Amino acid sequence: MLKKSLALLLICLMILTLALSGCSKPATEQQGGGETTAEEDVIKVGWMGSLTGDQAVWGQCELNTVKMLFEEINAKGGVLGGKKLEVIGYDTKGDPQEAVNVAKRLTGQDKVVAIIGPNASGSAIPIAPVLEEAKVPDIATVATNPKVTVQDGKVKPFNFRVCFIDPYQGAVAAGYGYDVLGFRKAAILYDVADDYSQGLTEFFEQYFVAKGGTIVAKEAFKFGDVDFRPQLSKIKEANPDVLFLPIFFKEAALIANQARELGITVPLMGGDGLPSEQLFTMAKDAVQGTYIVNHVDYDDPDVQDLKNRYRNKYGKELELNGYLAHDAVVLLIDAIERAGVADPVKITEALETADVQGVTGRIKIGKDTHNPEGKEAAIVKIEGDKYVFQQKYSAQLD
Amino acid sequence: MDLNYISGILTLAGINLMAVLGLSLLTGFTGMFSFGHAGFMAIGGYTSAMMTVKFGLPFIPALLIGGLAASLVSSVIGRLTLKLKGDYFCIATLGFGEAIRLIFDNVQYFGGARGWPGIPHYTNIFNVIILNIIAIVILANLVRSKHGRNMIAVREEELASQIVGINVFKHKLISLMISAAYAGVAGGLMAHYMTFLAPKMFSLVKSTELTIIVIFGGLGSISGSVLGALVLTSLPEILRAFADWRLVIYGLSVVIIMITRPSGLMGGYEFTPSSMKKLITRIKNRNKDLPNQMEGGKTV
Repeated sequence: MLKKSLALLLICLMILTLALSGCSKPATEQQGGGETTAEEDVIKVGWMGSLTGDQAVWGQCELNTVKMLFEEINAKGGVLGGKKLEVIGYDTKGDPQEAVNVAKRLTGQDKVVAIIGPNASGSAIPIAPVLEEAKVPDIATVATNPKVTVQDGKVKPFNFRVCFIDPYQGAVAAGYGYDVLGFRKAAILYDVADDYSQGLTEFFEQYFVAKGGTIVAKEAFKFGDVDFRPQLSKIKEANPDVLFLPIFFKEAALIANQARELGITVPLMGGDGLPSEQLFTMAKDAVQGTYIVNHVDYDDPDVQDLKNRYRNKYGKELELNGYLAHDAVVLLIDAIERAGVADPVKITEALETADVQGVTGRIKIGKDTHNPEGKEAAIVKIEGDKYVFQQKYSAQLD
Repeated sequence: MDLNYISGILTLAGINLMAVLGLSLLTGFTGMFSFGHAGFMAIGGYTSAMMTVKFGLPFIPALLIGGLAASLVSSVIGRLTLKLKGDYFCIATLGFGEAIRLIFDNVQYFGGARGWPGIPHYTNIFNVIILNIIAIVILANLVRSKHGRNMIAVREEELASQIVGINVFKHKLISLMISAAYAGVAGGLMAHYMTFLAPKMFSLVKSTELTIIVIFGGLGSISGSVLGALVLTSLPEILRAFADWRLVIYGLSVVIIMITRPSGLMGGYEFTPSSMKKLITRIKNRNKDLPNQMEGGKTV
């Protein structure tokens, strides 16, 4: 009987939470020093991304950056002549289903004027119909899959982004490796079960071969693997000039260590999944001399300033996603100011003609692609525990 | 609460429910645990999306073809693995689910691991509810039929049912095939709700989630499955207010409910008009000594 009543109690509790959370406002970050502001003086902006799961490091960094920037803007007097900004951030776990739910919640219940994020292409693609129905714009941060903004040659009206796309990244890596560094034989080790990895591999291979290089080895692993020695042994036999790693930093660190153990001394090369402070703690010696196609030039004074502000506030290093979240905020604020009113449709119109300077470069939104057009990639090289800027590099896509 | 948001959650709950109903037949009524049902969902999802996108078929036939495809694959898998008992079958399905996911990861025709965007948006709350009602009616009739009773006999005591002349293997296979067909239809609904398919959506986590819903709702209870799917799909969304602690609280509440109600929410009972009548009589005659009246409400 005791058990039964306990179960009943629990069910009641659950129903109660249901009822309560239905009525109560979600946990939001009220900005602007605690003073109560009237409803119409607050502009709500949504954020979504991974706060849990294997990309939580980046998601948390993004949300923190957005919060920090909104606080700064509010302290300076807000936007549109005194309106305060407020961010409502939800976790997607990196799961497409959750992303759709979050998009519905942000647009329907919280009535945000725009959404920043998500960082994963797999979450950014399925939210498009929700955005179109609600007519709310979304600015993706690091979603590099071309299909996030363009589908079958048609631009998605409410999807924007601030990063370059995978074909571009692949072309830059191939072009820089072939033309500037003089690599002719490349080996690729990629994650067979990852969308980002498959995309980057495809485009790197395409452009590298088009330039006249050869792919001497193309080996795959599956997310969660920790031993890469079999693949690396084959790569060693193929004797490449460079090992291209279109993957994320965790596996890259393990691969770098094991590659050096096996006596592979050629430089490594990677895309925007590699740069992380974690890379140094896991494999500092092994990744020396690695070339990375990156979104940011870390030596830029604007970048340094943002980095310091973040470190002072949170006591942590700013991850790559933070810079792009910053640019997404810059882009959005510009659009809100030019729209002159906090209305999602007006903001979308303003976004289409946006041309702003962010920390990762000039962001000029293309009307037919909703991508930042002609944005240059920054090539960085790992030396010591620093990402040393090499040069800005842009590639021609055809 | 916004209507669009709520109907979104309910649609997702309905899609889960479709898969759970199938799994309920296999796990709840035939007594076999499967950790590979996300694999059947993937097959159904990709097949039905292929039908609507590449061949321009209408929604409902595409769904049925998706279900059929999943069912066909399951019959092949079933022939190979159904001789395995208990835990071994469980492991085999687990391997199957992962294998299917990895195959889709590498089939570039379907977009590989990068996913397949641009599937038409056909699934909505209305067709999900209608399809679920049809599915429930079919399932309820099935478990009361001769075949259904045979399946329950297999669940209760495999050896004994064999002795009385039930073809155990055949009934397990029928159960698996119907169950896979349900999962396939659910996959098709999912594809046309998300308008996007990626193998990541059908990971082991999804299979486990489905099994948890069946056990949480109560093994051998269709109404339990319905309740379980509704509660467990909406719970993570309801708990959004807890921000960072959301998933911890979700896990805790499932654990606590399983501890306090080991046989699941419904524990083998069903919500039917006659069981409701019995329940009301029991509440009326509370003071009288009628210990086991609820037993009469058990329709399985």
